Amino acid sequence: MATPAQDRKLRDPSLNPGDQPYFDACAEGKLLIKKCGDCGKVHHYPRALCPHCFSGKVDWLQTKGTGVIYTYSVTRRGGPVPYAIGYVTLDEGPKMMTNFVDCDLDALKIGQKVKVVFKKTENGSSVPMFTPA
Amino acid sequence: MSVKGKAYIVGAYEHPLRKAPNHSVSQLHAECAKGALEDAGLTKNDIDGYFCAGDAPGANVWSMANYMNLKQLKHVDSTDMGGCSYLVHVAHAAEAIAAGKCKVALITLAGRPNSEGSSGTQVRDRGANLPDAPFEMPYSPVTVNLYAMCAMRHMYEYGTTSEQLAWVKVAASHHAQHNPNAMLRDVVTVEQVVNSPMISDPLHRLDCCVVSDGGGAVIVASPEIAKSLKRPLVKITGTGESTKGQFAGDVDLVYSGAAWTGPRAFEMAGCKPSDIKYASIYDSFTITVVMQLEDLGFCKKGDGGKFVSDGNLISGTGKLPFNTDGGGLCNNHPANRGGMTKILEAVRQLRGEAHPAVQVKNCNIALAHGTGGSLGHRHGSATLIMERE
Repeated sequence: MATPAQDRKLRDPSLNPGDQPYFDACAEGKLLIKKCGDCGKVHHYPRALCPHCFSGKVDWLQTKGTGVIYTYSVTRRGGPVPYAIGYVTLDEGPKMMTNFVDCDLDALKIGQKVKVVFKKTENGSSVPMFTPA
Repeated sequence: MSVKGKAYIVGAYEHPLRKAPNHSVSQLHAECAKGALEDAGLTKNDIDGYFCAGDAPGANVWSMANYMNLKQLKHVDSTDMGGCSYLVHVAHAAEAIAAGKCKVALITLAGRPNSEGSSGTQVRDRGANLPDAPFEMPYSPVTVNLYAMCAMRHMYEYGTTSEQLAWVKVAASHHAQHNPNAMLRDVVTVEQVVNSPMISDPLHRLDCCVVSDGGGAVIVASPEIAKSLKRPLVKITGTGESTKGQFAGDVDLVYSGAAWTGPRAFEMAGCKPSDIKYASIYDSFTITVVMQLEDLGFCKKGDGGKFVSDGNLISGTGKLPFNTDGGGLCNNHPANRGGMTKILEAVRQLRGEAHPAVQVKNCNIALAHGTGGSLGHRHGSATLIMERE
């Protein structure tokens, strides 16, 4: 049995000041995380202050857009179509929440290699999602 | 500050309704307050401390204090820790009483998610300015899939099975058959749980708690007042509260803040998990119970699935009787917040007032634990240990 991923309406991200560059990069097909200029550690979701050392010297870092599935769940009830939510462990380290798309949702596995793709929300914003690599 | 022995739970009341379309939320809060006062043998004018959380209209203290016309408050607290708020409130009330700030603290919870059509598969509006929202809400996180992601990872790391999780529901159903107010009173089997519709892998419909209206209230009082009343003495001996998050991207979904609050509460109480005769464990989903039992130290991390199997949580036969009212899985989950009802059943057990079919013999020490928010991801945790004096 297979559950093919289907297109569904995606909520627009409600941006806070400081978030725009992340979504601008998404529109160009790039996935960014943040890196601290003082302690050197990366983090996600992006903050204005480094969540490791509280330095204000944080800057964007372009990721390779690849990683492995940390966990997932296919939500089969409640929405118009089934969808797969999960976390990906990026090759750069941080885990990020995402959806898995363009694949058979029943074939997803923890540890599976995935790569980023970008999908449009209702207002046309691009958000990163992942598909088997 | 240790609050061991410095305050007592003197009043407890659970609203009997599970669907209350014609009650206002304020009315439910007030009816719970009234019930707890009558249970304690106190009056409204005795209250000098009031605690409520995000379920209270306005999410502040003054709206309900005004509705109930509480005129002598000396200490107030609207700490919101989601479903475990009320466990935190008991700890804070004990601290306030120990510090001499008040003597009789009222804590209320009430809500009508059943009448309002709430569901764990709906995306909830979590408010403005949330820093995480732009990076999560497009993916439609809902209550059930947030917990399901924890369950999926727990299965991957520890080999936990759906059948093991099902035992949590089976035990709750064994208890609920004796509770005339419980929403679901039929005893279910492991097979029925794992064959119920899949909601969000790996959680089935029967792995999920009920959605109910209703509420509850407790009254915490100073030792002097507690000893002047005619009710059995339920002493607060251990408390712990904390939050756990996503650690800036170093997400770990297989443990909860109970790993910190449990040991702190046990240390304050001067006891260990094997001393606990009865445990109220927040059961929003079956996985919630398994993870919290491990984190609290009732078994080794990863062994929770084995621990709950074969009826080990069923009163009378299992080693750790839990949620003898039927819990959130079968009885009720008012306002989508299960922390209050966890306290209420623990108090009944310590008083010897649980249903005779589920009453734990010689129940002199009990634990109540809750999780608020999303297990593993961003959540509050609170542990409470109580003793019969």
